[in-house]
Amino acid sequence: MTDADQSGAVGTSLRRKEDLRFLTGQGRYTDDFNRPGQLYAYILRSPHAHATVGAIETEGALAAPGIVAIYTGADLAAAGIGGLPCGWGITDKFGKPMAEPVHPVLAQGKVRHVGDPVAVVIAETREAAKDAAELIEIEYGALPAVIDAVEAVQPGAPLVFAEAAQNTCYEWEIGDQGAVDAAFARAEHVARLDLVNNRLVPNAMEPRSAIGEYDAGTGDYTLYTTSQNPHVIRLLMGAYVLHLPEHKLRVVAPDVGGGFGSKIYHYAEEAIVTWASGQLRRPVKWTADRSESFLSDAQGRDHVTHVELALDGDAKFLALRVSTVANLGAYLSTFAPAIPTILYATLLAGTYATPAIHCAVRAVFTNTVPVDAYRGAGRPEATYVVERIVDVAARQLGIDPAELRRRNFIAKDAYPYQTPVALQYDSGDYFTTLDMALDAADYAGFEARRREAASRGKLRGIGIATYIEACGIAPSKVAGALGARAGLYEAAEIRVHPTGSVTVFTGAHSHGQGHETTFAQLVASGLGVPVENVDVVHGDTAKIPFGMGTYGSRSLAVGGSAIVKAMDKVIAKGRKIAAHLLEAAEADIEFKDGQFTVAGTDRAKSFGEIALTAYVPHNYPIEELEPGLDETAFYDPKNFTYPAGAHIAEVEIDRDTGVTRVVRFTASDDFGRIINPMIVEGQVHGGLAQGIGQALFESTVYDKASGQLLTGSFMDYCMPRAGDLPNFAVSHNVTLCTHNPLGVKGCGEAGAIGSPAAIMNAVSDALAPLGIGPVDMPATPEKLWRLIQSSMTAQAAE
Amino acid sequence: MTLSVTMTVNGKTRTGTIEARTLLVQFLRDTLGLTGTHVGCDTSQCGACVIHVDGRSVKSCTMLAIQAEGADILTIEGLATAAALHPMQEAFRDNHGLQCGFCTPGMVMSAVDLVRHNPTPSEHEIREWLEGNICRCTGYHNIVKSVQAGAAAMAGAGGDD
Repeated sequence: MTDADQSGAVGTSLRRKEDLRFLTGQGRYTDDFNRPGQLYAYILRSPHAHATVGAIETEGALAAPGIVAIYTGADLAAAGIGGLPCGWGITDKFGKPMAEPVHPVLAQGKVRHVGDPVAVVIAETREAAKDAAELIEIEYGALPAVIDAVEAVQPGAPLVFAEAAQNTCYEWEIGDQGAVDAAFARAEHVARLDLVNNRLVPNAMEPRSAIGEYDAGTGDYTLYTTSQNPHVIRLLMGAYVLHLPEHKLRVVAPDVGGGFGSKIYHYAEEAIVTWASGQLRRPVKWTADRSESFLSDAQGRDHVTHVELALDGDAKFLALRVSTVANLGAYLSTFAPAIPTILYATLLAGTYATPAIHCAVRAVFTNTVPVDAYRGAGRPEATYVVERIVDVAARQLGIDPAELRRRNFIAKDAYPYQTPVALQYDSGDYFTTLDMALDAADYAGFEARRREAASRGKLRGIGIATYIEACGIAPSKVAGALGARAGLYEAAEIRVHPTGSVTVFTGAHSHGQGHETTFAQLVASGLGVPVENVDVVHGDTAKIPFGMGTYGSRSLAVGGSAIVKAMDKVIAKGRKIAAHLLEAAEADIEFKDGQFTVAGTDRAKSFGEIALTAYVPHNYPIEELEPGLDETAFYDPKNFTYPAGAHIAEVEIDRDTGVTRVVRFTASDDFGRIINPMIVEGQVHGGLAQGIGQALFESTVYDKASGQLLTGSFMDYCMPRAGDLPNFAVSHNVTLCTHNPLGVKGCGEAGAIGSPAAIMNAVSDALAPLGIGPVDMPATPEKLWRLIQSSMTAQAAE
Repeated sequence: MTLSVTMTVNGKTRTGTIEARTLLVQFLRDTLGLTGTHVGCDTSQCGACVIHVDGRSVKSCTMLAIQAEGADILTIEGLATAAALHPMQEAFRDNHGLQCGFCTPGMVMSAVDLVRHNPTPSEHEIREWLEGNICRCTGYHNIVKSVQAGAAAMAGAGGDD
């Protein structure tokens, strides 16, 4: 709920500036744009999971009404178009680079997953393009496919790429294996668990779309696209795929209808429409059908993991041993190699002072849609591993799961805390955050609720998960050493106008996060101007400074810090101007609440007067100072930020139907300083829905024999709906980030990180009285009903 | 085969020449340029395209445009007056009932129809009614609050549009 105070002060819930256009149908999403003379592209995709591609017969289709052109892989090869680049290289445990096969824009002799693009049909209308595509005849030679990552590494498994033996992209490890082995050798207790982290389809509600436009007069290209990071797309597509210099290529990501990671990556369709618009000298538009999104948007998660936790006689954690097989799909998506390594295994310390950790990861190609970052990206997978095994250990030892966690948390005075898996946490207080969640969830009163539910025939369970995340990947130098092929700073420009209003240009991109509001609050309070006098511009490479976009909960921690740096420059210059106007020493000028004041006096100039003076420099220190008030800053963080929290789920399972109902969900999170509580809570709610979706509903199922995606529509893939979810109880603990100027940590992914383990621990707790052990996600009614039935049958037989 | 179709859209008579297979949502978006109505799926599941046809909420991807011949259509663009947002729009804004905004037009149009049928819906009734509207951003928590607040405001405003 918004605050009565709508001044926009930091820490208040200002109504969102962007909402007016979204609520009145005036939002402008990519598919809402139509360019003069626009053509429509339809992508013909492989119906096979794995096949050779022989002759492609397009004559009949070319003769169909309204058809302008048809291009295949051969046309792109003849034009010298490159493959889609991978933005992160992993060095394997033997010191060799990962296998990095070419990812063609259109198939070159082979298709490797159902939905792999084979040809593009361009026509006067969308329908004409679709109709004509049916007339294209392709000689496919079907090959055996491999879907499951564990099966893909078995001897004799079909090979997705000849150059990746045993379908392995890399084998990678982190941590001190010797120390871990020694700890296990002296452990009093060992808990063991096999886990599957189920593959998810991100399903942002806006399907991807792209429009390429070529200006024959200037030779400039414009790409309108559903992207979370337009400059990254411009860099990758311009430099690696189309070989277009960046000053001739503009990328616009206008209003974008959700991303959750799936709109980070450079996709084939962006290159196709851009290139084709130059060939045909007409704009070319492509918009995915939802069925196409299921087959072409990068998917998430898909890990198979074995985990072991060693504990001493006091139930203190001695060591964690993890082995994971990660399914990367048929090609390396833009940041895929980093997800099951740098963003996963480095998080395995979680919130605990586990002294020794080792993790081995094998990343594997299969004949499935590529897998990349999806909300949380590696961190939910790590949290799931840690928090499930901690619960297994608690149950094994008969210790309350909250108590076992407390006993092993990193001490409050241990920061900065160096984990055994590379990260250094700057701040946190997991004890207080957990206590807040336990209180809010009435943990103490749970057993009474369990009994009451049992009297109604329901199995009630409670589950805790604590989590740590690492947000705002940084610094660039470290990311580079870890394999990033890009910088990870952010940029901002503060353009103060002569009358004192302000336009903020940010390299971050908002696709639901409300940056136009949060960033405006930040600038309004920083410069002391009314929030309605601040506008935020993002998403257009022709307007904004070179920025890295939005993912990894980085926008405020990195993008907001860049804004602060740019504001500091504006204020520093304003101080010089004020000193001149007030005939005082610059060192004596103070800036507060929009006033430049000579310290200890009432002599002052307002921010608006300074702005006007900067642009109308009649009385101005022109020898020492340029006119104008327009500053740009780039901010490269010193470290990751470390949001953390405790999530508590309470579920009821119906014995007769296997249906799990989430009856309570409590999240206590520490995101550092909060600018707009309403927006932050909204981010948590959305993340929780996606995490609960993963735990209870969402399942991506490929037919193992044919490689067909069986859950390829909203009829088959179970998206959480309003009736599936509870209201959420959200609260915040605040420990400030110590190394960015705002003290902020990031909040976008947290909900999806803690909630899957909390739900599954609650499901395990509910089923424990029936002797049912750990269950894999999603805990669907069918799965639980079968387990409950077999348990009851077994009990009856005794 | 092309056909001519005429309907009243947001109070104005609109005519277009279309292919017979044109869906109502395509007519609104492509022919009339009313891009506030969105397409989020191809199986009539997501509800991003909900509009009002003769006063009832309808997924505009489930109708051919020609089936709306002579109909009275209200889209998200026609809900607010020049002077003010509709109380339901205002409630979504006050309660942060939207994030990326893509499902929002359908959500709001659906909610307005719910309150016409049931002026004081319970939380359960709201969640049930919105079964045909998928949101990936909000977790529905604030959408439910918005609809409750919007219903109260519509009652206060006399219960009509």
